[in-house]
Amino acid sequence: MSNDSTSKTLIVATLLCVVCSIMVSYAAVSLKPLQVKNKRLDIKKNLLVTAGLVEDGAQESEIVEAFKVVETKVVDLSTGKYVDIDPETYDARKASKNPKKNYRIPSDKDLGNIKSRAQYKKVYFIKEGDKVKNVVFPVHGKGLWSTMYGFLVLEEDLNTVKGLGFYEHGETPGLGGEIDNPRWKKNWNGKKAFNDSMEPALKVVKGSAAPGSDHNIDGLSGATITANGVTGLVQYWLSENAYGTFIKNLREGEML
Amino acid sequence: MSLKKTLLDPLFENNPIALQILGICSALAVTTKLESVLVMCLAVVLVCAFSNLSVSLIRNHVPSSIRIIVMMTIIASLVILTDQLLKAFVYDIAKSMSVYIGLIITNCIVMGRAEAYAMKNGPLMSFVDGIGNGIGYSIVLIFVGVFRELFGSGKLLGYNILTPINEGGWYMPNGMALLSPSAFFLIGIFIWILRSFKKDQIESSN
Repeated sequence: MSNDSTSKTLIVATLLCVVCSIMVSYAAVSLKPLQVKNKRLDIKKNLLVTAGLVEDGAQESEIVEAFKVVETKVVDLSTGKYVDIDPETYDARKASKNPKKNYRIPSDKDLGNIKSRAQYKKVYFIKEGDKVKNVVFPVHGKGLWSTMYGFLVLEEDLNTVKGLGFYEHGETPGLGGEIDNPRWKKNWNGKKAFNDSMEPALKVVKGSAAPGSDHNIDGLSGATITANGVTGLVQYWLSENAYGTFIKNLREGEML
Repeated sequence: MSLKKTLLDPLFENNPIALQILGICSALAVTTKLESVLVMCLAVVLVCAFSNLSVSLIRNHVPSSIRIIVMMTIIASLVILTDQLLKAFVYDIAKSMSVYIGLIITNCIVMGRAEAYAMKNGPLMSFVDGIGNGIGYSIVLIFVGVFRELFGSGKLLGYNILTPINEGGWYMPNGMALLSPSAFFLIGIFIWILRSFKKDQIESSN
């Protein structure tokens, strides 16, 4: 059979596709559990690093051990109350894309530029014995190129910031990507999330923040849009439209 | 051509980036950090070697009308495989490489070698040619990566060499080194240096 005959062409194309697809799907299916595990572990690690419980580069066993002090709950953001959903299986990112489970953010409130969010969000409590030490809020918002996903950790007074860290983003390495720089992240520690009238007040400024400033964080040179994105997302998630109601409930002493 | 020549020729004599000017796009994208450069190089060497091997094995049965599609399918499958393996075993690095591993598919070196070499030569020689070209690509990438990371962030492989001002040192990082155009300059300089030593690589002015 000549190489260029129609039947040979069809046979070669079909065989090649079958072989390649078997190879690819075998790899995808057999490696999936490992990948999912890595991804979950990475998110947990990031949460713990942001809360200052483990070092960056911690091993799996350390992360699992350290995560034992973390209690996860699911909150209905509109009422600020807990809902009875298993946090292990609840995926807020999936829910934010499901028209039945998401909430469209009015554009004047949408500081993080995310258009819609899940109605229910996870909140993590880091405990020391029975006492809550830190509260961790998952946050996300648009930067220059990508949606940045991360955690904002507050101290037990629900005002002082313990840290902010991102576990997923696609900003330019070296410029916007500096949001991962530990030195910059240290800036957040000790800032106050709310001003005297209890409005979200954190802001990444241009250049350096005035020393001793309660709400301003040093800017990232060459990454103004990313920095503005960070300001927007932090302000959005602390606002009445997001975790605000829940934080108010917590502060009034309910449900800790 | 001997095995050794096939392996070593693409390093300087016939470098895929410097002489054949292939695969420039990825050389811009992943070279801001040396760590990603090394992973990228390893991935390209493997993909290039195995795609050459597979194409060479079936070269006598590939109808010429669909040969490009056949090569593309093989290369794409190998790249997906590499991507999946990285995500499963070195998740942190895979995360920092994001889409660029997938973009090896569009790297002209892989396709170029499959078409220009593997379609005409035996499996062993093709495999070696793939490794050689992968390494040739790696040399340029590492050259670019070292300069970009050193001047752009004062580090090499994440360790401080020139301590930058914002970490309490004296070095003012050169922001341009982190942006893609700097890779063009560096590749240009690499080609310039190479051609000063190997005058026969200079194209005639006409």
